[in-house]
Amino acid sequence: MKKPYAVETQPGRALWEVRLLGDLSGPPSEDGRRNGFNGPPERREGFPVPSARLGLWIFLGTVTMLFAGFTSAYLVRQAGPDWQPLPRPPILWVNTGVLLLSSVLLEIGRRRSASVHRWASGATALGVLFLLGQLLAWRALRAQGIYLPTNPHSSFFYILTGVHGAHVLGGVIALLSLLVLMWRGASEDRVCRRLALCATYWHFVGGLWLYLLLVLFLF
Amino acid sequence: MVGEHSARVHEEPVSFWRRYIFSTDHKVIGIQYYLTAMAMALVGGTLAMLIRLQLGWPEAKWPLLAKIFPRGMSGGVMNPDFYLALITMHGTLMIFFVISLGLVSGFGNYLLPLHIGARDMAFPFLNMLSYWTVVPACVIILASFFVEGGAAASGWTAYPPLSAVEQAVPGSGLGQTLWLLGMALFIASFTMGGLNFVTTILNERTRGMSMMRLPLFIWTLLIASILGLLAFPPLTAAAILLLFDRHGGTSFFLPSGLYFGERVLPHSGGSPLLWQHLFWFLGHPEVYVLILPALGIALDLLPPFTRKPIFGYRLTVYSLFAIGVLSMIVWGHHMFVSGMNPYVGEFFAIGTLAITIPSAIIGFNLIASLWGARLQLRTPALFALGAIAFFGTGGLGGIFLGNATSDIQLHDTYFVVGHFHFMIGGVTLLALFGGTYYWFPKMFGRMMSERLGKLHFWLTFLSFYAVFLTQHFLGLGGMPRRYYAFSKFEFLAPIRDMNAFISIAAFVLGAAQLIFLVNFFWSLFRGARAEQNPWRATTLEWVAPTPPPHGNWGETVPEVHRWPYDYSVPGAPEDFTPQTVPPTVVTVTQ
Repeated sequence: MKKPYAVETQPGRALWEVRLLGDLSGPPSEDGRRNGFNGPPERREGFPVPSARLGLWIFLGTVTMLFAGFTSAYLVRQAGPDWQPLPRPPILWVNTGVLLLSSVLLEIGRRRSASVHRWASGATALGVLFLLGQLLAWRALRAQGIYLPTNPHSSFFYILTGVHGAHVLGGVIALLSLLVLMWRGASEDRVCRRLALCATYWHFVGGLWLYLLLVLFLF
Repeated sequence: MVGEHSARVHEEPVSFWRRYIFSTDHKVIGIQYYLTAMAMALVGGTLAMLIRLQLGWPEAKWPLLAKIFPRGMSGGVMNPDFYLALITMHGTLMIFFVISLGLVSGFGNYLLPLHIGARDMAFPFLNMLSYWTVVPACVIILASFFVEGGAAASGWTAYPPLSAVEQAVPGSGLGQTLWLLGMALFIASFTMGGLNFVTTILNERTRGMSMMRLPLFIWTLLIASILGLLAFPPLTAAAILLLFDRHGGTSFFLPSGLYFGERVLPHSGGSPLLWQHLFWFLGHPEVYVLILPALGIALDLLPPFTRKPIFGYRLTVYSLFAIGVLSMIVWGHHMFVSGMNPYVGEFFAIGTLAITIPSAIIGFNLIASLWGARLQLRTPALFALGAIAFFGTGGLGGIFLGNATSDIQLHDTYFVVGHFHFMIGGVTLLALFGGTYYWFPKMFGRMMSERLGKLHFWLTFLSFYAVFLTQHFLGLGGMPRRYYAFSKFEFLAPIRDMNAFISIAAFVLGAAQLIFLVNFFWSLFRGARAEQNPWRATTLEWVAPTPPPHGNWGETVPEVHRWPYDYSVPGAPEDFTPQTVPPTVVTVTQ
């Protein structure tokens, strides 16, 4: 029996390609709806990637450039004379674990179609927990008298975690809308495609967090 | 779902609001963008006229204007702060809210799906969202004129400390905050639009429309959108940091020891140069975001009026790619005088000179397309030819400015002002107008007046040269830009009076645009009815009904069999062969 949420190889496509570009069980937009127009699908030229996934990848490209901009500002500012390294709030390790675990739960859910809603709910809850944990990290710093303008490192810490948190919040909202979709009994095909998009974004913000941790405390 | 053989159902919205206001139809959104840009151009153009009034006659009194601008022109004489706000807002409005909105978002949205045979953009809802994000941006930017201290006055580049310290100049207060907010919304909107453009071009092409059969305008839109998507986010990052410097007490861009109002600011260790780098990392690609679609329109406007294919299609596409890559690594040529390491300057200068090669290839392809042409000098053709002239003139000036050695002399003079007005002011403006005269029949089903169009062209073209070519000479004479008046500088005395001549030419240029407005709105209601394909052109939009219905193509989308420039194919029944003509009727040349 075919597992609808599983990542499977497809004829003529390597597994990494399917992983990277998404589960494609046919030409883009096989459900016949395209841009709000009903009717049988029209054959088109195009990349073998559904538009939604292509759009998501482009969006992730712009987010990458946003943080590339922050990184270059960080590296330049770090060379300044008034830079004082920030003590790392220990709770960040817990938060990191929570966010990564959330990604794992989502992946397990994609492979178990029967209980996918439980796994996805768990992943969403962990996402919220991560955001709360980040707030606790802010509180810990404030308790030590380290505020936004205290020194450039603290400024960058608050701003980068804030902007990253906003992106995580966006992911939580996307996951919630996915849960609503499941709860309202949308077709498996539709849930599957939405889940794949959510998972890509969610792993991206997880990876982004690891990168920020590296930049903020290990460079 | 509708059955396999039933006709396509077009969910055309029926209510007025969903049809014309919150529409997801790319054509309605395109026209909305276009009209918004037109309204913003009226404001931006008026600001330019006020700037020229001040520069032409710096000591004169204008009692009438004192009534309209009681604060900026108190006593009839322009206040220096008001002047700074004028140049800042003129640049901001024209670059982001006129050219970007009109040329890229306006024509892009209207034409992209029509050009590639799609029924709409890939994400129609996102498209609507993008337009309705830019509307509040326009409102906020315009509102900044009416707040305490007036509009932002730190230039369109928003260099700190003027933009970062609230008490620096009157415009650095709430006006600058609103400027940042408006720009943030604009960037969000432009990102949504760019994402939509790239996805649509890559994924929504109709059968047979391979990438190498795309009209060149679509290629330029693709490269411009990718550039915008890569270059705007770092500016967003910089703008967030600037916002915290302004309101959060941080010191990213502010060094220590700044005095304002006999008070030392608490900031320390920041670098204003950091902002310049982040700004120009966007700023330079942004000029290509504007000029590439303009060149695309010029390239696409030539074949219908020369009745021959465009010259060097492939080479133009490769050159566009080369420009796209190079434009990301040449931003430093805006900062040659910032005290950078000479080797770094060398790198940026070499990159800048390298980018002239693909640019020149496109320029020469445009000129070569005229070789052996049966030229029909209709209004759109005139504007396309004018754009080529401006591109050549502006491009020559660019070679001087790209060289660190000569730029150090010319930096921040009127030479720069003249140069960039030819490029991102002139080429884009002529493309915008040429495109309007050309696609107006498709958009509104009526022709624009040829007589008024030609008058508009010649007045615009000649007065543009009078204004901006003259400014090159002022710059060579050492006249600095952004100055409020030149009456106190002895070394400028011999050339100072040329400013009055420039101002008169600028007023002619401004008045000529009124002819365009009259023509536009008169033709909208009274113009001659347009045929489906009035220019006898080959691209897909002329196959669609006029004006195209919701869903563009009716029952079936067109199938493409050839490239878009099959004019005067030997043996063809007519001197143009639309892209939909199958190879059995006319042989495919490309």
